Amino acid sequence: METQITLLFFVLVLSIFLGFELISKVPSTLHTPLMSGANAISGITLVGALLASGSGFVSQPLTVLLGTAAVTFATINVVGGYLVTNRMLSMFKKKETE
Amino acid sequence: MNLFEQLNSEIVVNLSYIFAAMLFIFGLKMLGSPETARRGNLVSSSGMLLAVVVTLLDQSIVDFSFILIGVCIGSLIGFIAATKVKMTSMPEMVALFNGFGGIASLLVGSAEYLVGFDPNSAFLIAIYLTILIGGVTFSGSLIAWGKLSETISGKPLLYKGQQIVNGLILGVIVLAGLEMVFFQGLFTDNQFQILAIICFLAFTLGVLFVIPIGGADMPVVIALLNSFSGLAACAAGFVILNNVLIVSGALVGASGLILTNIMCKAMNRSLANVLFSGFGAVTDTSSTEKVDQGEVRPVNTADAYLILEAATSVLIVPGYGMAVAQAQHSVRELGELLEANGTEVKYAIHPVAGRMPGHMNVLLAEANVSYDVLVEPDDVNPIMETVDVCMVIGANDVVNPDAKENEGSPIYGMPIIEVDRAKTVFVLKRSMASGFAGIQNPLFFKSNTRMLFGDAKESVSSLVTEFKS
Repeated sequence: METQITLLFFVLVLSIFLGFELISKVPSTLHTPLMSGANAISGITLVGALLASGSGFVSQPLTVLLGTAAVTFATINVVGGYLVTNRMLSMFKKKETE
Repeated sequence: MNLFEQLNSEIVVNLSYIFAAMLFIFGLKMLGSPETARRGNLVSSSGMLLAVVVTLLDQSIVDFSFILIGVCIGSLIGFIAATKVKMTSMPEMVALFNGFGGIASLLVGSAEYLVGFDPNSAFLIAIYLTILIGGVTFSGSLIAWGKLSETISGKPLLYKGQQIVNGLILGVIVLAGLEMVFFQGLFTDNQFQILAIICFLAFTLGVLFVIPIGGADMPVVIALLNSFSGLAACAAGFVILNNVLIVSGALVGASGLILTNIMCKAMNRSLANVLFSGFGAVTDTSSTEKVDQGEVRPVNTADAYLILEAATSVLIVPGYGMAVAQAQHSVRELGELLEANGTEVKYAIHPVAGRMPGHMNVLLAEANVSYDVLVEPDDVNPIMETVDVCMVIGANDVVNPDAKENEGSPIYGMPIIEVDRAKTVFVLKRSMASGFAGIQNPLFFKSNTRMLFGDAKESVSSLVTEFKS
């Protein structure tokens, strides 16, 4: 358990640095799509929600109910987030070269 | 299934999670340039699909019916929201989605707390943080949504003793955390009680955190809540010991923080100042003791047309007022007519114009304005003297010369678009009422400024008609 937590921390720290590197050069034109795209990614919590929601209603009724609510919210976040980002990005056009 | 097969499937699952994380990273990278952004979003969404499908293969899932219900309801709502929302309502929408991510993480944390009770303190700390961050994200986002959609007042709400109340709540939150993680039954043995108390405190903290912040500071708040929604997912990753949650949560957390930082820099204020000062609430007093700054010079559309018609370069500076008046399409039309007339047209966009990062860019993109004519303040300020006409449409504080000239002004030091240095400035404005922050704007009284009063959309449309006739 302890070594696993340490490893996960290692992953966390590296990911934060990677995140800073990835995002720091985004032009301001794309700030909104970046934000809503990143928001869709934060819906990854859906993975945890699926596990809770599918754990069997008879044995764990409360977990399943909480998990199902979590699945609903996370899915709104994921589906809505990606679709709306795509919708915005489809509007960003460059002028044809004159 | 024998042990060997089980190990094998675990490896497949974990490798798929790593691959999903890679897709998120590539997707975010590609979101950094307009040419690749749309594909980047697709790459990132396929990473999500992979992560979800692999999770559904997990042995511990025994019943799919509830999952199916949740996924169907969620997809339906998400689909409708994403396809129906107006571009002008995008800030509210992003705020709401942030909140949903937060509450989902909170629910995952709660579910894990109630089943897999394990007195391991690392596990409990992770649960505590998930619930706390998720709860603050949720209630904070709901308040932000309310302020942006004007369901509740966008004005900062301040009261006496606010710091003390916030301090007390924070203290209680720390105590509740200690009880949950270390004492485990000193005050109450009941897990439901402690869970309910922490959720309640987290929600309260989220409300108290956003309620004192004014509408004009919303870009900072949305970016910060965006970061929180990622951090909540990241904390949930420590609860269920899952790599992909930690990586993606951390990426979102970092990107939100960078945006927050960019927004703060664009206002020359620290994050603490944005969060705690209740900007705009105190300046009400200063606007009542107005000093006479001279006369404003109104202009009618016919005269404005003549000046625009003769101009060789026009710079359009949009602000939140353009969004409110829904004037972006008329503005684009005017821009095209000007270009057809041989005028060079650019749009200067301040990073905090509007109610969320990049708000103006999205609106103009919707109206079909090409993104390569959108420029940042640093690009136009050095050549401002060569600009014939600056059209300020619904922007106020981001063009206020007080930010450079008046040390006593609350916005002194904020980087602005220095439109007052252009040869002529048109300010499209409803009336002389002061802007959101209640700060006087000396730009309106400068000798090269002409005020074009009226609804921005109507004014621009009548200019378009003048051009066509």
